[in-house]
Amino acid sequence: MSLRNIGVVYKKELLDSLRDRRTVISMVAVPLLLFPALTFGMGLLGATMMSRAKAEVPRVMVVGGEDSPHVVDALKKSSKLEYVPGTPDYVDEVVNKDVRAAIVIPPGFDAAAERGEYQTVTIDYFQNDVKSDLAEDAVEKVLKDYRLDLAKQLVGERGVPANLVDPFKVEDKNVAPPEKVGGSAIGGMLPYFVIILSLTGAMYPAMDLTAGEKERGTMETILTSPVSRTDLVLGKFLMVITASLTTALLSLCSMGVSFLLAKGMIDKLVAEHSPGVHYSVDPRGILAVLLMVLPLTVLFSATMLTISLFAKSFREAQTYLSPLTIIVIMPAVVALLPGVELNTRTALIPILSTSLVGKEIMAGNHPWGFIFLIFLSSCVYAAIALGAAVTMFNRESVLFRA
Amino acid sequence: MIASLTETVHKRMTGLESSAMIQAKSLSKVFPATKKTKEVRAVDNVSFECQPHEIYGLLGANGAGKTTTLRMLATILEPTGGTATVAGYDIIEEPEKVRAHVGFLSTATALYGRLTAYEMVEYFGKLHGMEGEPLRRAIESLFDVLGMNDFKDRRCEKLSTGQKQKVSIARTLVHDPTVMIFDEPTVGLDVIASRTIVGFIRQCRDRGKTVIFSTHVMSEAEKLCDRIGIINRGRLLAEGSLAELRGRFGKEDLEDIFVEVVGDAP
Repeated sequence: MSLRNIGVVYKKELLDSLRDRRTVISMVAVPLLLFPALTFGMGLLGATMMSRAKAEVPRVMVVGGEDSPHVVDALKKSSKLEYVPGTPDYVDEVVNKDVRAAIVIPPGFDAAAERGEYQTVTIDYFQNDVKSDLAEDAVEKVLKDYRLDLAKQLVGERGVPANLVDPFKVEDKNVAPPEKVGGSAIGGMLPYFVIILSLTGAMYPAMDLTAGEKERGTMETILTSPVSRTDLVLGKFLMVITASLTTALLSLCSMGVSFLLAKGMIDKLVAEHSPGVHYSVDPRGILAVLLMVLPLTVLFSATMLTISLFAKSFREAQTYLSPLTIIVIMPAVVALLPGVELNTRTALIPILSTSLVGKEIMAGNHPWGFIFLIFLSSCVYAAIALGAAVTMFNRESVLFRA
Repeated sequence: MIASLTETVHKRMTGLESSAMIQAKSLSKVFPATKKTKEVRAVDNVSFECQPHEIYGLLGANGAGKTTTLRMLATILEPTGGTATVAGYDIIEEPEKVRAHVGFLSTATALYGRLTAYEMVEYFGKLHGMEGEPLRRAIESLFDVLGMNDFKDRRCEKLSTGQKQKVSIARTLVHDPTVMIFDEPTVGLDVIASRTIVGFIRQCRDRGKTVIFSTHVMSEAEKLCDRIGIINRGRLLAEGSLAELRGRFGKEDLEDIFVEVVGDAP
């Protein structure tokens, strides 16, 4: 093995790749434009739709209640609901989304309530329709308030203290430090993104530098040079890993910039959803995640190089590598599921372990034992993959597969 | 380069090697059977020698084993039987040293399209361990001799076929190899480009290099070769200078000789 020769091969591959429009697009343009656009575009769209749904005053229908003016008045007093007169086909109106919900008040409600009889008011709504769900929430809140007022009034009339009906108040308060709140919200996603991006960044050059060379007829040319095949594959491997890391780093940077630009909007959303919570992400955490992902990028680069080396053409390499994307995405997605925790078993599963430990690091926890174990096991997997790439490159049956 | 030549001379003086720059000894290559194909004995027990100042032609039909033989000599493929020495080095024991002394050119050896003509030649110079001023001088002299200065900064993908051939030639010559291996170098080229290659092969011999080249074109072999080996189904069936072959088979035309040799083969 000669470092000089590896360097010569690497420099040439770098120059060659930077002149290739397709590599530049996958390595630079995609992370800089597409990913932030997707992430924040979709986020913005979702948030806008949500706040629009919230801003809407839902149209609801009161069915019945002609003999119960008290409950109807209490409902109509709420400024968060718009009432339309009840019709007999109110169910169809809800299903057809003409109204968001229908409140069905049983006959003689007020009178029965005065007598202290137990009754049921039904809210008909369209489940899982966001606007109908919101209307149902609003109606339920108005009815709950009315129920409490009515109970207080009834027990008052019977000479019982009103606070017996409502003996205590419940208040919730977040005590987790802001970086941990922000960390577990964003932290789950961050390692996932870095892992996926480092994979996509490595994919194109891995195919181009192996199957692509075979297809263009330059593989035989390069094999006539006195440089050893090990030096050749290591130079190529360095190029693939450069592309992989560049893609991951550029994506992180562009996401960071997009995050800062959209900060005003995010703060507003956070304030609306979880008042009093301040989100922040520790940059040291991001660096630590990148460090943990490093052996994974080696694993990806070497594996893809090996697989595409086996292919005779670029297209064949694409066929082989596409399923690999799904294989990699699966464990990364599993790590996002609630209840999947870091333990000695999950710590040995490549990709899943990195994703899980990344989540922990971003949440401000440092399980050193696991961090060490995962880094070490990932390094072992990476070394095996790199060894396989070198072995394959030394096999003429692979290089000249007929 | 001088050091490597001295090394070669030393090996010869000590009697370790014969004077031949290429010495194939019972060279064989069997491609194992796959799911789709049967076992192929591409080269079968082939032995021959090539001397400096000589053009040795391997003449054979398509699929005769020419390319496999030359690829083994260039250490791109490893033999499954026998061996060969090239420039004094064994192709199995020291493949990297063999490649350092060989210039290999075939229609399958394409150029990197996104590199310029200069960068392409420079890259191969560096792969052969050359650096700095000596490398720059070697490239400049090649570009002058081959008349390549007009397109030296143009990317290889933008070059004409003839210009590409010149870049390939410069690529094989940049490290001043003692042995030149050409695998059907004129296939698919027009008359002008073919003439460039043929002229170049002659120049190599005149400069004292050992040249081996394969072809299925009889006229090319007649014009160029000092000695000819006729190969069919992986076996070397006849060998000698054109005069010797004519004498042995009593025929003037090489094509007639070829047909007789190959036609007699089992």
